[in-house]
Order: sequence, then C-alpha cells, then structure tokens
Amino acid sequence: MQLVIRNLQVSYDKIKVLHGIDFTIAKGEIVTIIGANGAGKSTTLKAISRLIPADKGSVMEFEGKDLLTYQPDRVVSELGISHVPEGRRLFGNLTVLENLQLATFARKDREQIKKDMEQVFAIFPRLKERLTQASGTLSGGEQQMLAVGRAYMSGHKIMLLDEPSMGLAPLLMLSMFDALREINKEGTTILLVEQNARLALKFAQRGYVIENGRLVLEGPSADLLDNPDVKKAYLGG
Amino acid sequence: MDLFLQNIVNALQWGSFYALIALGYSMVYSILMLFNFAHGDIFMVGAYIGFGIATGLLALAAMAGLPVPGWLVLVLTIIISMFLTSFVGIFIERVGYRPLREAPRASAAITGLMIGIILETGNLALLGARRLSFPSLIDTVTFQIGSVYVTNKKIFIVAVSLSLMFGLHLFIQKTKWGMAMRAMSYDFQAVPLMGVSINKLAPLTFAIGSGLAAAAGILYGLAYPVLDPYMGILLGWKAFVAAILGGRGSILGAALAGFLLGFIEIFAAWIFPSTFRDLIAYSIILLILTFRPHGFFGQAHSTQLRL
Ligand SMILES: Nc1ncnc2c1ncn2[C@@H]1O[C@H](COP(=O)(O)OP(=O)(O)OP(=O)(O)O)[C@@H](O)[C@H]1O
Ligand SMILES: [Mg+2]
Repeated sequence: MQLVIRNLQVSYDKIKVLHGIDFTIAKGEIVTIIGANGAGKSTTLKAISRLIPADKGSVMEFEGKDLLTYQPDRVVSELGISHVPEGRRLFGNLTVLENLQLATFARKDREQIKKDMEQVFAIFPRLKERLTQASGTLSGGEQQMLAVGRAYMSGHKIMLLDEPSMGLAPLLMLSMFDALREINKEGTTILLVEQNARLALKFAQRGYVIENGRLVLEGPSADLLDNPDVKKAYLGG
Repeated sequence: MDLFLQNIVNALQWGSFYALIALGYSMVYSILMLFNFAHGDIFMVGAYIGFGIATGLLALAAMAGLPVPGWLVLVLTIIISMFLTSFVGIFIERVGYRPLREAPRASAAITGLMIGIILETGNLALLGARRLSFPSLIDTVTFQIGSVYVTNKKIFIVAVSLSLMFGLHLFIQKTKWGMAMRAMSYDFQAVPLMGVSINKLAPLTFAIGSGLAAAAGILYGLAYPVLDPYMGILLGWKAFVAAILGGRGSILGAALAGFLLGFIEIFAAWIFPSTFRDLIAYSIILLILTFRPHGFFGQAHSTQLRL
C-alpha cells in the first residue's frame, strides 16, 4: 500500500472533527472520499499534507515513511505528495508561469522539471497560451487547470484533490476529469474528495463515504453507486 | 526657488532613511502578517554595529600603518554591518516570533515591543549612557549646483539607498525566493504546498529587512553622527507610519511613502516654525489615511483565508 491511514484523528481547538479514520490506497489507484458539507473531507486531506496537526494515536504512512515526522513543505518536496486545495488557492498576483515555477521551488531535478512542464502543457494547452497572464485574471476553468498543473509540478507520486469540480460548468467538469485520468495513466495515484458523489464515483475505482468525521461505508465505486443508502443520501434518490 | 530645491535635497536624504526602514516593516508584514515593532531598534543596533566596525577598521589600519582611504572603510562598514545585523533579525525571528506564529497577532506585537526594550536597555547596560559619536569617515565636500548646495555625503546617502532599493526590487521580482515572498503576501497558507519552507523564508525576510535597517543606521550616522540607544524609537515609528501609508505589505508603497514622509516633514519645517514640524506633518498623514485607510497600495480585502 502506498498510503496507509490508521485511526486518523484531528481536532480544531480541542473539538474533534475526525474520529479515527482508516483507509489505504495502492499505487496508481483512483480513490474517492465522498460526503456532505462539513463531514471532514478537506480536513482529511489537510492532515495528510500536514497543514494541520493530527492528534495522538494517529498513524499515517506514505511509501513506508512516517508522515507525522514531516513538515508540510517536505511532504511535497521529499515525498511527492501534491495537494490541490479547496478553492484552488492560486497566487493571483503571480503569472501562470510563476505559479508553475513556484511549485518547483525545492526541486533540483532540472531535466525532469522540464519534462513535467511539457506534460502539463500537453494536458492543458490553454495554460501555455496564457503564461504571462496574472493568474487572478484567468477564467474559473483556467484557474482549475492551473491549480492541477501547479500541483503536478510540485510532485506527482500522489495527488490529493479537494473538489476540483467546484464552480465548473458540466462540460468543463468532464474535461477536467479526463485530464485527471490522463495524469493517473502516467502513474500518479489520485485521492479525490468530492461533494458531487455521482461524478466522483464514476471516476474512481473505489470509494469511501464520510459522515461526521467517520468513514461509514466503503467499496468499489460500482457497488457504492448501487447502494440504496448512498443513492438516497448522495445521489438524489 | 533656491530654498525649494535645497529642501528637496534634504527631503531626499530623510526620505532615504524612512524608506529603508519602512521596507523592513513591510517585508515582514507581507509574509507573516505581523509588524515587527522591534524594527526601529534593529536600526539602532545596526548603527552601533556600524560604529564598532568602522572604529575597528580604522584602528586596524592605523596599527598596520596603512593609509586606507575613508571611503573604503565606509563601504566595508556598510557591507559588514548589513551582514552582521541580518543575524540579529534572524535571531529575533527564531527566538521572538516563531514560537508565536499561531498566537494572536496582538501577542506578537507585544513581543516586538519587548524585544525593542531589551535591545535598547541591553545596549545601555553594555555601553553605558554616554552617546557615541560616529567616526567621520569621509571629509564633507560641498558642491554648488546652480544656487543649490549639495554635499558628497548627501549624494552618497541617497545613491546608496536607491541602489539598495533597486537591488531589493530585482531580488523580489527575479529570484525564486522573491517569488515565494510575493506568493506569501497573497496567500501565506498555500505556500507550503509549493514545497517552500516558511522556516527558511521567514528568517530570510527578517535578515534582508534588518540588513536594510543597518544600512540606514550607518547612513544616518554619517549625516548625524551622534548615536544613542533610543535613536531608533522615533525614527522607527515614523518609518512604521510610512509602511502603513504605503499600504500594508506593499514594498513599493513603503519606499514611496518613506520619501513622501521626508518631503512632508522637510517642507512643513520650511513653511512653519520648526517646532511645528511633526505636528503638521503627521496631521497631514492622518488626513491622508482618513481618505485612504488602506494606504497607497494596500489591498482592501483580507488575504487571511482559511485553508
Ligand atoms: N480551521 C478550522 N477551525 C475550526 N473548525 C474547522 C476548521 N476547519 C474546518 N472546521 C470544522 O471541521 C469540520 C470538517 O470540516 P471540513 O472542511 O473538513 O469539511 P468538508 O467535508 O471538507 O466540507 P465541505 O464539503 O463543505 O468542504 C466542520 O465542522 C468545520 O466547521
Ligand atoms: Mg471541504
């Protein structure tokens, strides 16, 4: 297993919001965690990125390394875990190119950086046309492309995606997921967090359902799509 | 007209001091969203370190019997002092501010004030209450341009200040560390996701700000050669005003506002009795801030988003 999460607990100001979460992801898989507003999806990703501390007793391992001993910047630069945060969080005052370059801040493998950059432009040709534009002035769809491209540049052993469909028109959403599938084909593991359960389950091979900080269901996507409880709660009947 | 031009020269010199110090406030604010209220005292420490280096270099030259030119001593003093003072900034970040990074901003502000007091009284304890006189490293030469008198020192002060500001501009626009600082000013929480270590970026920012303050300290000593442990307080507050006036976290704004402050002060003193100088000058600035509460280049929106 590439990513092993056991008994993950997280609290904000001493209030527990994740009550011991367990899941694993194998290299190359596409896995999704679906759940309602406030269920703890973003919190889970932020804990993996080490942006927020995990409570005592939590276990997180990536390729056999103890994630809990890593600072957030080293999670990216040394382990190759990239994170597309909720709301994209582009640096609107930097250009498209600068956003992509900044993501390579700690990388030293110049040749591979060049190849990765080409790969990003192959997947999102639009970005190449807008290199010198301030990223704050991109359209919503372009911003999402840049957010994913930027994460890819920072490292791509595994990509954590927090609601990449948010704010995209249906057609754009589909092409975004096509792009993600392409990235996955090149060897990047994907952990996707979504409110749009139908879309997420169609995209992923396996899924987990999170409710109030607990994983309540898991299984192959097809099974979850057929599950009456999931249908009722997340797929609109 | 002559006096007018003469005052412009003086305003440029004072503006240089304010701008150099204001940059340090702004840089730190733009990446950590805190004002380092010990910054005025770092200016003071820089001036004292400059005093030590200059005196030491002169003594060394005398001992060796070498006729080292004063300008060389001056340039070396600036470079070495900037370097050494940057470590004061790094130390303050590490010991004073890093433990409080998640703490309320008010605690960090108070920490800054306390560090300032420690630097002032520490200096007092170490060197005593007597004032030091900064060695006059170069002879003053006065040039007459038309009917305006300009000294070589004033030219030097303004030229060095502008060069440092230009260098800082290049650093921020062209290097990857500068790019990280710009990103930080936009959204500091997303920066670690780029693989950027805040624990390296923050000390670097303090180091640069402190180095610039040290340069200001030495240039100030060159123009007004009396040093005392409290010399950084008023100048520091005024530079802080410039940083606010320029717009929180705006580097360009801080530099421009520093010069504007110099102009307002000098011209207030020219038009009104000199005891009215600060009263008039800061009333004007208060008025400006009433109409532009975010300063010249400040952003109205807060970038303090939750990730
Ligand atoms: N910084 C924070 N401080 C305090 N509470 C927080 C913080 N961030 C999240 N929470 C709380 O933790 C819980 C889980 O939040 P989280 O953002 O993980 O939900 P989510 O599943 O991503 O929801 P959404 O689909 O709306 O993005 C919520 O109750 C939320 O209010
Ligand atoms: Mg969320």
